[in-house]
Amino acid sequence: MLKSFDNKALEELNDSNASENERAKKGLKKRSDFGYAVLFLGPSLLLLGVFVFYPMIKTLYMSLFLTNNFGQTTIFVGLKNYTSLLTSASFLASLSSTFIYVIGVMVLTIVLGLALAVFANQKLKGIQFFRTIFSSTMGVSVSVAAIFFLFVFNPTTGLLNQMAGLLHLPQLNWMTDPNLAMITVIVSTVWMNLGFTFLVLFGALQAVPRSLYDAADIEGASKSYQLFKITIPMISPSLFFVGIVTLIGAFKSFGLIDLMTAGGPNNATNLLVYRIYQDAFLNGNYSQASTESIVLTIIIAVMTIIQFKVLEKRVNY
Amino acid sequence: MSIQLKHLTKKYEGSDTPVLENVSAHIEDNEFFAIVGPSGCGKSTLLRMIAGIIPISSGSLYLNGEVANDLAPKDRKLSMVFQSYALYPFLSVFDNIAFGLKARKQPKDLIKQRVDKALALVNLTDHRDRKPKDLSGGQRQRVALARAIANESKICLMDEPLSNLDAQLRAKMRIELKELQQKLGLTVIYVTHDQVEAMTMADHVMVLNHHHVQQIDTPLGVYQHPSNEFVASFFGTPQINLINAQYQNGSLKMDEDFIMDTDDALIEGHQYKVGIRPNQLQINSDVNNGNAQVVNVSQLGDRTMVEARLKNEQEVRIVLDGQVDIRPQQFIQIEGANGYFIFDADDRSLVSVKKGALTNA
Repeated sequence: MLKSFDNKALEELNDSNASENERAKKGLKKRSDFGYAVLFLGPSLLLLGVFVFYPMIKTLYMSLFLTNNFGQTTIFVGLKNYTSLLTSASFLASLSSTFIYVIGVMVLTIVLGLALAVFANQKLKGIQFFRTIFSSTMGVSVSVAAIFFLFVFNPTTGLLNQMAGLLHLPQLNWMTDPNLAMITVIVSTVWMNLGFTFLVLFGALQAVPRSLYDAADIEGASKSYQLFKITIPMISPSLFFVGIVTLIGAFKSFGLIDLMTAGGPNNATNLLVYRIYQDAFLNGNYSQASTESIVLTIIIAVMTIIQFKVLEKRVNY
Repeated sequence: MSIQLKHLTKKYEGSDTPVLENVSAHIEDNEFFAIVGPSGCGKSTLLRMIAGIIPISSGSLYLNGEVANDLAPKDRKLSMVFQSYALYPFLSVFDNIAFGLKARKQPKDLIKQRVDKALALVNLTDHRDRKPKDLSGGQRQRVALARAIANESKICLMDEPLSNLDAQLRAKMRIELKELQQKLGLTVIYVTHDQVEAMTMADHVMVLNHHHVQQIDTPLGVYQHPSNEFVASFFGTPQINLINAQYQNGSLKMDEDFIMDTDDALIEGHQYKVGIRPNQLQINSDVNNGNAQVVNVSQLGDRTMVEARLKNEQEVRIVLDGQVDIRPQQFIQIEGANGYFIFDADDRSLVSVKKGALTNA
């Protein structure tokens, strides 16, 4: 009797022990899974949180307030910052020059990058030299490029006007005429972009099998027909990638503008990002700068989505 | 459309040895002409020279009697099937086949009619809207073929078109290709490293090795009258036996115990190679001490393959009909051969072809 009772008690004890153990194990497992997840995600979450998420949310928050000179929020104004911004003539002018700049940069970068890549993909003697040269702008910093182009475009002492003078061509006021200043910064940005664009497109071209062109030669397709019907479709994923990267990069242009024109002359090259910089750090108008940042983010997002929707159908992966 | 090659040579800049030297051949209208050789012998280069993708260094190429050396590929009125098929991955089957016709700005209804006809010929009508990546290897091969057909040129160049297919499909396509060639009256130049493809499909075979033409003949011709050791060893599976022998007193001595009489007037004391096809050897396995020891036996069901070694270590391959009971280490007596070739051991050229029996002296 006693024995059996003992046994029973012992069994019960064992049972409860076992189930407790199991529960403990499960709990431990759950806890440790979560722990591992935190361990893996933690560092990047922390970095992203501090440098991306927090500034993003703070910007959005500030765009709904007025701010003092120290960037502290004072009065909640809702969407008033947005309505006044979108009706401001100077902001709209800045917006339109940004679009002109972005479109100019994108079209020229891709067309020239593709042209250089197609040229460098030919089997010619010494082509390796050109391949190196074409990709070399990747190694040039913005400030060096800006100074170089200031030398080129300077209206009085610049290389371009001196050459024009020698050839008895009209000398243009590259940096001081509002329209020409825009061309100047577009050309400089395109030059900066070319190295990367060339490298990506050239890499894509190298991956196109020669036999496709051999077959097209035999079937009677001209070289230009081959370019549009074979080369471009074959490298469309890379073209698409370069397009998106150039678009976003152009919207965010700052360095060249700051060093070459500082937004002038007469705000002709006052692109959005430069304007944000001026409003925030020169004029101390943080809420307006925040509002402009949000608007820029939305524009870039919308443009990128449009590009995906419109172009992705024509991309052949 | 006939094709004539006269002393074609290809030399690359900065290299002394030509890739191809002095290649001449005459390919008749409606002929299936195979170019065979081991990899690196220059056979694809020759095909590309005919296609116009690679310029000709010297010599002349005649297409239909006219010099075509400097004609652009598109003006040579030929089509080509590539080893990799060279299909455009972003185009549907239909558009792939129509590519050349569209490039030549043919009217739409003509394109449709020709492509439909080509699709029907290769049994791909149901797959016209698919992309190449959704097709099997065999189907892709057919698309490449259809593209060549839709072109309606009378010359078709093929660069190892079946080499990416599995063995069964390859056997099937060999027959289909040959049928198609005859049905359409095509002149086909077919590059391959596979002697079986050359033997089964071709009207004439050009054997290339080391940048030179070794022989041009019918498939049976290269098998029965190989111009040299290389050609003999390239055709026929398993490979022909090439046994070193010395000519002494009217007989060829391959080994102390393997000597055969010959009535050829050979040079006394000179070294020769006796070429004997494995299925031509006659053996007696019912001996206690023969002139060769069995090394390996492979039972293939319908045949038995025996590898044996002469006493001077020379290996001999023997193929026997049916299932023969022979075991490794066993001694056999090689008694003779039903036919054999004699090659000069120095320049490897054919000296004599023997149809009659050769018996061990």
